[in-house]
Amino acid sequence: MSVTVRIPTPLRKLTGGSDEITVDGTTVGDVIESLESAHPGLKERICDDAGEIRRFVNVYVNDEDVRFLEGRATALKDGDELSIVPAIAGGC
Amino acid sequence: MIDFTEEQIERYSRHIILPEVGAEGQSKLLESKVFMIGAGGLGSPVAYYLAAAGVGTIGIADADVVDLSNLQRQIIHNQDRIGMPKVESARETMQALNPDVKVNTYNYFVTEDNIRDIISEYDLIIDGCDNFPTRFLVNDACYFEKKPLISGAMFRFEGQVATFKPHQQKDAPCYRCLYPEPPPAGLVPSCSEAGILGALAGAVGTIQAVEAVKELLGIGDSLAGKLMVFDALRMEWKKLKLRKDPGCPLCGDNPTITELATYEQACELKFGE
Ligand SMILES: [Zn+2]
Repeated sequence: MSVTVRIPTPLRKLTGGSDEITVDGTTVGDVIESLESAHPGLKERICDDAGEIRRFVNVYVNDEDVRFLEGRATALKDGDELSIVPAIAGGC
Repeated sequence: MIDFTEEQIERYSRHIILPEVGAEGQSKLLESKVFMIGAGGLGSPVAYYLAAAGVGTIGIADADVVDLSNLQRQIIHNQDRIGMPKVESARETMQALNPDVKVNTYNYFVTEDNIRDIISEYDLIIDGCDNFPTRFLVNDACYFEKKPLISGAMFRFEGQVATFKPHQQKDAPCYRCLYPEPPPAGLVPSCSEAGILGALAGAVGTIQAVEAVKELLGIGDSLAGKLMVFDALRMEWKKLKLRKDPGCPLCGDNPTITELATYEQACELKFGE
Protein backbone atom coordinates (compact mmCIF):
# COMPACT_ATOMS: atom_id res chain seq x y z
CA MET A 1 0.00 0.00 0.00
CA SER A 2 1.70 3.14 -1.17
CA VAL A 3 0.64 6.42 0.39
CA THR A 4 1.89 9.97 0.10
CA VAL A 5 2.78 11.86 3.27
CA ARG A 6 2.81 15.64 3.31
CA ILE A 7 5.53 17.01 5.53
CA PRO A 8 4.86 20.41 7.13
CA THR A 9 7.50 23.14 7.02
CA PRO A 10 8.69 22.67 10.62
CA LEU A 11 9.58 19.00 10.01
CA ARG A 12 11.28 19.40 6.66
CA LYS A 13 14.69 19.71 8.22
CA LEU A 14 14.33 16.03 9.13
CA THR A 15 13.47 15.02 5.56
CA GLY A 16 16.29 16.88 3.87
CA GLY A 17 13.83 19.52 2.73
CA SER A 18 11.34 17.11 1.09
CA ASP A 19 7.74 18.27 1.36
CA GLU A 20 6.27 14.97 0.25
CA ILE A 21 7.38 11.41 0.92
CA THR A 22 5.93 8.21 -0.48
CA VAL A 23 6.01 5.26 1.90
CA ASP A 24 4.34 1.89 2.35
CA GLY A 25 1.92 0.98 5.10
CA THR A 26 -1.55 -0.45 5.63
CA THR A 27 -2.36 1.67 8.68
CA VAL A 28 -1.47 5.14 9.91
CA GLY A 29 0.75 3.52 12.57
CA ASP A 30 2.64 1.56 9.88
CA VAL A 31 3.21 4.70 7.92
CA ILE A 32 4.64 6.49 10.95
CA GLU A 33 7.07 3.58 11.45
CA SER A 34 8.05 3.70 7.76
CA LEU A 35 8.61 7.43 8.04
CA GLU A 36 10.85 6.86 11.05
CA SER A 37 12.98 4.29 9.20
CA ALA A 38 13.34 6.60 6.23
CA HIS A 39 13.92 9.75 8.29
CA PRO A 40 14.91 9.03 11.88
CA GLY A 41 13.56 11.59 14.34
CA LEU A 42 10.19 12.07 12.62
CA LYS A 43 8.30 9.70 14.88
CA GLU A 44 9.16 11.45 18.13
CA ARG A 45 7.92 14.70 16.63
CA ILE A 46 4.56 13.12 15.80
CA CYS A 47 4.12 10.67 18.69
CA ASP A 48 4.73 10.75 22.43
CA ASP A 49 6.76 8.17 24.35
CA ALA A 50 3.79 5.81 24.46
CA GLY A 51 3.51 5.97 20.69
CA GLU A 52 0.28 7.97 20.72
CA ILE A 53 -0.11 10.86 18.30
CA ARG A 54 0.68 14.05 20.22
CA ARG A 55 -2.20 16.32 21.19
CA PHE A 56 -0.77 19.31 19.37
CA VAL A 57 -0.19 17.41 16.15
CA ASN A 58 -3.02 16.31 13.91
CA VAL A 59 -2.68 13.60 11.31
CA TYR A 60 -5.15 13.67 8.46
CA VAL A 61 -5.98 10.94 5.98
CA ASN A 62 -7.14 12.91 2.99
CA ASP A 63 -9.31 15.57 4.70
CA GLU A 64 -10.25 13.57 7.80
CA ASP A 65 -8.52 13.80 11.20
CA VAL A 66 -7.45 10.29 12.31
CA ARG A 67 -8.54 11.10 15.88
CA PHE A 68 -12.08 10.83 14.50
CA LEU A 69 -11.30 7.65 12.54
CA GLU A 70 -9.37 4.87 14.25
CA GLY A 71 -6.28 6.80 15.25
CA ARG A 72 -3.08 4.93 14.51
CA ALA A 73 -5.10 1.85 13.52
CA THR A 74 -6.84 3.75 10.71
CA ALA A 75 -6.63 1.58 7.58
CA LEU A 76 -5.21 3.10 4.43
CA LYS A 77 -5.78 2.41 0.80
CA ASP A 78 -3.52 2.89 -2.16
CA GLY A 79 -3.19 6.54 -3.12
CA ASP A 80 -4.32 7.95 0.22
CA GLU A 81 -2.68 11.18 1.27
CA LEU A 82 -1.55 11.71 4.84
CA SER A 83 -1.03 15.24 6.12
CA ILE A 84 0.77 16.11 9.33
CA VAL A 85 -0.61 19.39 10.70
CA PRO A 86 1.15 20.65 13.81
CA ALA A 87 -0.30 23.47 15.89
CA ILE A 88 1.26 26.78 14.98
CA ALA A 89 0.73 30.01 16.85
CA GLY A 90 2.55 32.81 15.05
CA GLY A 91 0.68 35.96 14.13
CA CYS A 92 3.60 38.26 14.09
CA MET B 1 -30.67 50.85 7.85
CA ILE B 2 -28.15 53.68 7.85
CA ASP B 3 -28.83 56.81 5.81
CA PHE B 4 -25.77 56.89 3.60
CA THR B 5 -24.10 60.16 2.76
CA GLU B 6 -23.25 60.71 -0.90
CA GLU B 7 -19.63 60.17 -0.07
CA GLN B 8 -20.43 56.81 1.53
CA ILE B 9 -22.45 55.72 -1.49
CA GLU B 10 -19.44 56.43 -3.65
CA ARG B 11 -16.89 54.96 -1.24
CA TYR B 12 -18.77 51.69 -0.87
CA SER B 13 -20.23 51.53 -4.40
CA ARG B 14 -18.30 48.36 -5.33
CA HIS B 15 -19.80 46.63 -2.32
CA ILE B 16 -23.28 48.03 -2.72
CA ILE B 17 -23.44 46.85 -6.32
CA LEU B 18 -22.86 43.25 -5.22
CA PRO B 19 -26.26 41.57 -4.75
CA GLU B 20 -24.83 39.60 -1.78
CA VAL B 21 -23.91 42.83 -0.02
CA GLY B 22 -26.10 45.67 -1.26
CA ALA B 23 -26.99 48.78 0.73
CA GLU B 24 -28.35 46.61 3.49
CA GLY B 25 -25.14 44.62 3.85
CA GLN B 26 -23.00 47.74 3.75
CA SER B 27 -25.19 49.26 6.43
CA LYS B 28 -24.68 46.12 8.49
CA LEU B 29 -20.90 46.43 8.15
CA LEU B 30 -21.01 50.06 9.27
CA GLU B 31 -22.93 48.99 12.35
CA SER B 32 -20.63 46.05 13.11
CA LYS B 33 -18.03 45.87 15.85
CA VAL B 34 -14.96 43.70 15.44
CA PHE B 35 -12.25 43.13 18.03
CA MET B 36 -8.76 42.13 16.93
CA ILE B 37 -6.03 40.59 19.05
CA GLY B 38 -2.66 41.66 17.70
CA ALA B 39 -1.61 44.57 15.47
CA GLY B 40 1.24 42.66 13.89
CA GLY B 41 1.67 40.58 10.75
CA LEU B 42 -1.85 39.16 10.60
CA GLY B 43 -3.47 42.16 12.28
CA SER B 44 -2.10 44.49 9.60
CA PRO B 45 -4.00 43.17 6.57
CA VAL B 46 -7.07 42.35 8.67
CA ALA B 47 -7.27 45.88 10.10
CA TYR B 48 -6.56 47.45 6.71
CA TYR B 49 -9.28 45.54 4.86
CA LEU B 50 -11.88 45.77 7.60
CA ALA B 51 -11.35 49.53 7.75
CA ALA B 52 -11.59 49.76 3.97
CA ALA B 53 -14.78 47.69 4.06
CA GLY B 54 -16.34 50.17 6.45
CA VAL B 55 -16.63 47.96 9.52
CA GLY B 56 -17.92 50.70 11.79
CA THR B 57 -16.08 49.92 15.01
CA ILE B 58 -12.74 48.15 15.19
CA GLY B 59 -11.10 47.40 18.53
CA ILE B 60 -7.46 46.41 18.50
CA ALA B 61 -5.26 45.16 21.35
CA ASP B 62 -1.48 44.97 21.40
CA ALA B 63 1.06 46.11 23.99
CA ASP B 64 4.01 46.46 21.66
CA VAL B 65 5.59 49.42 19.92
CA VAL B 66 6.57 49.50 16.26
CA ASP B 67 10.07 48.18 15.62
CA LEU B 68 12.10 48.40 12.42
CA SER B 69 12.17 44.58 12.13
CA ASN B 70 8.33 44.58 11.99
CA LEU B 71 8.16 46.52 8.74
CA GLN B 72 9.15 43.53 6.57
CA ARG B 73 5.51 42.35 6.95
CA GLN B 74 3.46 44.58 9.27
CA ILE B 75 2.22 46.88 6.55
CA ILE B 76 -0.16 48.89 8.68
CA HIS B 77 2.86 50.58 10.28
CA ASN B 78 5.64 52.56 8.63
CA GLN B 79 9.11 53.99 9.13
CA ASP B 80 7.85 57.17 10.81
CA ARG B 81 5.96 55.17 13.43
CA ILE B 82 8.96 53.37 14.92
CA GLY B 83 8.67 53.53 18.70
CA MET B 84 4.94 54.36 18.58
CA PRO B 85 2.46 51.94 20.18
CA LYS B 86 1.28 49.58 17.45
CA VAL B 87 -2.37 50.14 18.26
CA GLU B 88 -1.89 53.91 17.84
CA SER B 89 -0.09 53.43 14.54
CA ALA B 90 -2.82 51.05 13.36
CA ARG B 91 -5.50 53.56 14.32
CA GLU B 92 -3.82 56.33 12.31
CA THR B 93 -3.52 54.14 9.23
CA MET B 94 -7.11 52.90 9.42
CA GLN B 95 -8.55 56.35 9.91
CA ALA B 96 -6.45 57.81 7.13
CA LEU B 97 -7.90 55.13 4.84
CA ASN B 98 -11.46 55.49 6.04
CA PRO B 99 -12.62 58.19 8.48
CA ASP B 100 -15.96 56.36 8.87
CA VAL B 101 -14.29 53.82 11.11
CA LYS B 102 -14.18 54.28 14.86
CA VAL B 103 -11.05 52.63 16.25
CA ASN B 104 -10.80 51.62 19.91
CA THR B 105 -7.24 51.00 21.00
CA TYR B 106 -6.19 48.71 23.84
CA ASN B 107 -2.50 49.30 24.44
CA TYR B 108 -2.05 46.19 26.55
CA PHE B 109 -2.29 42.43 26.28
CA VAL B 110 -5.55 40.62 26.76
CA THR B 111 -5.53 38.52 29.94
CA GLU B 112 -7.98 36.33 31.82
CA ASP B 113 -8.89 39.43 33.87
CA ASN B 114 -9.84 41.78 31.05
CA ILE B 115 -10.76 39.77 27.97
CA ARG B 116 -14.38 38.89 28.73
CA ASP B 117 -15.32 42.48 29.51
CA ILE B 118 -13.66 43.69 26.33
CA ILE B 119 -15.09 41.16 23.90
CA SER B 120 -18.60 41.37 25.31
CA GLU B 121 -18.83 44.73 23.47
CA TYR B 122 -18.05 43.22 20.06
CA ASP B 123 -19.79 41.07 17.44
CA LEU B 124 -16.81 39.16 16.10
CA ILE B 125 -13.31 38.43 17.35
CA ILE B 126 -10.20 37.99 15.22
CA ASP B 127 -7.13 36.33 16.64
CA GLY B 128 -3.76 37.18 15.14
CA CYS B 129 -1.69 36.79 18.29
CA ASP B 130 1.61 34.99 18.35
CA ASN B 131 1.55 32.53 21.22
CA PHE B 132 -0.35 29.47 22.38
CA PRO B 133 -1.47 30.59 25.84
CA THR B 134 -3.24 33.61 24.31
CA ARG B 135 -4.86 31.42 21.63
CA PHE B 136 -6.36 29.19 24.30
CA LEU B 137 -7.40 32.21 26.37
CA VAL B 138 -9.12 33.84 23.39
CA ASN B 139 -10.84 30.59 22.42
CA ASP B 140 -12.21 30.00 25.90
CA ALA B 141 -13.31 33.62 26.36
CA CYS B 142 -15.11 33.61 22.99
CA TYR B 143 -16.88 30.40 23.96
CA PHE B 144 -18.08 31.82 27.29
CA GLU B 145 -19.13 35.13 25.71
CA LYS B 146 -20.69 33.36 22.70
CA LYS B 147 -18.68 35.28 20.12
CA PRO B 148 -17.59 33.89 16.76
CA LEU B 149 -13.82 33.70 16.46
CA ILE B 150 -11.74 33.79 13.29
CA SER B 151 -8.33 32.46 14.10
CA GLY B 152 -5.22 32.79 11.94
CA ALA B 153 -1.72 31.51 12.55
CA MET B 154 1.49 31.25 10.61
CA PHE B 155 4.96 29.81 10.84
CA ARG B 156 7.79 30.27 8.34
CA PHE B 157 5.99 29.38 5.08
CA GLU B 158 2.82 27.91 6.50
CA GLY B 159 -0.54 29.35 7.48
CA GLN B 160 -3.74 28.13 9.13
CA VAL B 161 -7.16 29.78 9.25
CA ALA B 162 -10.31 28.53 11.00
CA THR B 163 -13.61 29.88 12.30
CA PHE B 164 -14.86 28.77 15.68
CA LYS B 165 -18.47 29.26 16.73
CA PRO B 166 -19.47 26.25 18.81
CA HIS B 167 -22.16 28.34 20.50
CA GLN B 168 -23.97 28.79 17.18
CA GLN B 169 -23.84 25.33 15.67
CA LYS B 170 -24.12 22.17 17.72
CA ASP B 171 -21.57 20.27 15.66
CA ALA B 172 -19.11 23.17 15.27
CA PRO B 173 -15.76 22.73 17.01
CA CYS B 174 -13.66 25.12 19.10
CA TYR B 175 -9.89 25.59 19.04
CA ARG B 176 -9.50 23.02 21.82
CA CYS B 177 -11.31 20.42 19.68
CA LEU B 178 -8.56 20.97 17.12
CA TYR B 179 -5.64 21.14 19.55
CA PRO B 180 -6.61 20.06 23.08
CA GLU B 181 -3.25 21.12 24.49
CA PRO B 182 -0.54 23.57 23.55
CA PRO B 183 2.91 22.19 22.77
CA PRO B 184 5.27 22.30 25.74
CA ALA B 185 7.00 25.66 26.16
CA GLY B 186 10.27 25.86 24.30
CA LEU B 187 9.28 23.38 21.61
CA VAL B 188 7.96 25.99 19.25
CA PRO B 189 10.31 28.74 18.17
CA SER B 190 8.96 32.28 17.94
CA CYS B 191 8.87 34.26 14.69
CA SER B 192 12.08 36.04 15.55
CA GLU B 193 13.82 32.70 16.03
CA ALA B 194 12.14 30.90 13.14
CA GLY B 195 11.68 33.63 10.56
CA ILE B 196 8.58 34.33 8.54
CA LEU B 197 8.02 35.11 4.88
CA GLY B 198 6.55 38.62 5.03
CA ALA B 199 3.91 38.29 2.33
CA LEU B 200 2.60 35.11 3.97
CA ALA B 201 1.06 37.40 6.59
CA GLY B 202 -0.89 39.05 3.77
CA ALA B 203 -2.12 35.73 2.39
CA VAL B 204 -3.32 34.44 5.76
CA GLY B 205 -4.60 37.76 7.17
CA THR B 206 -6.52 38.56 4.02
CA ILE B 207 -8.33 35.22 4.20
CA GLN B 208 -9.26 36.12 7.80
CA ALA B 209 -10.57 39.49 6.60
CA VAL B 210 -12.61 37.90 3.80
CA GLU B 211 -14.08 35.41 6.25
CA ALA B 212 -14.81 38.18 8.77
CA VAL B 213 -16.78 40.23 6.25
CA LYS B 214 -18.75 37.13 5.16
CA GLU B 215 -19.44 36.24 8.77
CA LEU B 216 -20.69 39.76 9.53
CA LEU B 217 -22.89 39.74 6.44
CA GLY B 218 -24.01 36.15 6.96
CA ILE B 219 -23.23 35.16 3.37
CA GLY B 220 -21.64 32.11 1.79
CA ASP B 221 -20.24 29.06 3.54
CA SER B 222 -18.62 29.63 6.90
CA LEU B 223 -15.21 28.16 7.61
CA ALA B 224 -16.62 26.74 10.86
CA GLY B 225 -15.77 23.05 10.90
CA LYS B 226 -12.92 23.49 8.43
CA LEU B 227 -9.24 24.21 8.73
CA MET B 228 -7.62 26.04 5.83
CA VAL B 229 -3.95 25.21 5.59
CA PHE B 230 -1.64 27.17 3.29
CA ASP B 231 1.76 25.94 2.19
CA ALA B 232 3.53 28.85 0.51
CA LEU B 233 6.45 26.78 -0.74
CA ARG B 234 4.10 24.44 -2.61
CA MET B 235 1.71 27.32 -3.25
CA GLU B 236 -1.16 25.17 -2.12
CA TRP B 237 -4.25 25.64 0.03
CA LYS B 238 -5.91 22.63 1.62
CA LYS B 239 -9.23 22.50 3.37
CA LEU B 240 -9.36 19.87 6.10
CA LYS B 241 -12.34 18.76 8.15
CA LEU B 242 -12.41 19.95 11.70
CA ARG B 243 -14.71 17.99 13.92
CA LYS B 244 -16.23 18.76 17.24
CA ASP B 245 -14.63 16.57 19.89
CA PRO B 246 -17.30 15.24 22.29
CA GLY B 247 -14.46 14.91 24.82
CA CYS B 248 -13.42 18.56 24.42
CA PRO B 249 -12.71 19.99 27.89
CA LEU B 250 -14.45 23.24 26.91
CA CYS B 251 -17.30 22.60 24.46
CA GLY B 252 -17.65 18.82 24.82
CA ASP B 253 -20.29 16.77 26.60
CA ASN B 254 -18.65 16.91 30.02
CA PRO B 255 -16.68 20.13 30.14
CA THR B 256 -13.98 20.51 32.77
CA ILE B 257 -13.21 24.12 31.88
CA THR B 258 -16.08 26.22 33.15
CA GLU B 259 -14.34 29.55 33.63
CA LEU B 260 -11.19 31.30 32.50
CA ALA B 261 -8.21 29.82 34.27
CA THR B 262 -4.65 31.05 34.38
CA TYR B 263 -3.06 30.92 30.99
CA GLU B 264 0.62 30.46 31.50
CA GLN B 265 2.81 33.13 30.04
CA ALA B 266 -0.19 34.87 28.53
CA CYS B 267 0.98 38.18 29.90
CA GLU B 268 4.69 37.72 29.53
CA LEU B 269 4.92 36.51 25.98
CA LYS B 270 5.17 39.25 23.44
CA PHE B 271 2.71 39.54 20.61
CA GLY B 272 4.71 41.26 18.02
CA GLU B 273 8.21 39.94 17.84
ZN1 LIG C 1 -14.16 22.28 21.77
